[in-house]
Amino acid sequence: MAKYIDLTNENFDATIAEGVTMVDFWAPWCGPCRMIAPVVEELAEDFDGKATICKVNTDEEQEIAVKYGIRSIPAILFFKDGEMVDQMVGAASKDAFAEKINAQL
Amino acid sequence: MLDCAIIGGGPAGLTAGLYATRGGLKNVALFEMGVPGGQITKSSEIENYPGFFDSTKTGLDFMDTWQKQCFNFGLKHEMKKVETIDKTGEHFTLTLEGGETVEAMTAIVATGAVPRRANFNGEDEFYGRGVSTCATCDGFFYKDKPVTVLGGGDTALEEAFYLSNICSDVYVVHRRDEFRAAPPTIDRATRKENIHFIFDSVIEDAVGDKMGLSGVDIRNVKTDKITHMDNTGLFVFVGQDVKNDVLKDASDNFICKMSESAQVIVDLNMKTSVPGLFVAGDLRIEAPKQVVSAAGDGSIAALQVISYIQEQQ
Repeated sequence: MAKYIDLTNENFDATIAEGVTMVDFWAPWCGPCRMIAPVVEELAEDFDGKATICKVNTDEEQEIAVKYGIRSIPAILFFKDGEMVDQMVGAASKDAFAEKINAQL
Repeated sequence: MLDCAIIGGGPAGLTAGLYATRGGLKNVALFEMGVPGGQITKSSEIENYPGFFDSTKTGLDFMDTWQKQCFNFGLKHEMKKVETIDKTGEHFTLTLEGGETVEAMTAIVATGAVPRRANFNGEDEFYGRGVSTCATCDGFFYKDKPVTVLGGGDTALEEAFYLSNICSDVYVVHRRDEFRAAPPTIDRATRKENIHFIFDSVIEDAVGDKMGLSGVDIRNVKTDKITHMDNTGLFVFVGQDVKNDVLKDASDNFICKMSESAQVIVDLNMKTSVPGLFVAGDLRIEAPKQVVSAAGDGSIAALQVISYIQEQQ
């Protein structure tokens, strides 16, 4: 079963460098982040081999959050070959996230 | 076919699910696009739910045990968004995102509400980039920085207090010269030294650049004087708008009777104008918008669903 990748300062750039990547910026105290957590897990399975699904714990990885100007979570950023191409803020349905990923594939 | 489809997973929907399944219905599904919990999971505190008395716990902590309890009697969770609900003959057809349909004998709609926009210039542009409606989610990004709170109700003052423990200063902008919040909430906020009140005022503009919000223009509604404040966080708590889209048909008409403010007209049994369709929580007329009332509504709706099904058989 495919699982999402937890990103840190060490693996962030290398992970998003190629292909399509979705990154969910979250934190443990954030209700809407927890709401979409199982959705992100399902997306990791659905897009196995097609897109990379990742999460950044903004509490632990503040440098990445600052670098991408994150000021509201959940923030979901979409990358293609290392370039940020789209973003969403707030909880949304699985289909809404899937649509954003498919648009880049 | 489902005995009952519950749409929405806040306190009303979860309680309806608990009562429906514990009351003997075998085939009940709760439709919520992620983990259930509802608006209260964004709240920094809960002081007025009897039986839960712990000032260190947030709304997210509070809803934790609800998940376990409400799914304990066979309630199913469908992690799907419901687009529409139609009555077809004697039963209901739910159309889910993506086009799949589900049939149910009865339905309880408990979709609740979302934070209302205040409609100042720049609100949409900077939403998520400085403008926020969730202090527990985003307060962290403004540690030791000044922030603005817009609003004067319970939520505004509770969240201002929460932010005052993280941020350097909290400026509460309120269009009147007195608050609508509960007296203990007002008292606690006014005693906090780093909470500052700006009365008779509204946010005129949110200003910033591609990095996000950099400041706010505050207009005094009595003098029209505009004061600019450099401030990168603006938290908006000006009430809620009900989520009623699911009750619209293909031609955008509501399938049941609504009030002028687009809340669902129900009786004391949470019955709508459509037999078999019930509404619970913030979406109904005269809703007090409290967790305890939403839970009460959910129990009433579920008990009525059980009676309705028995009558049909």
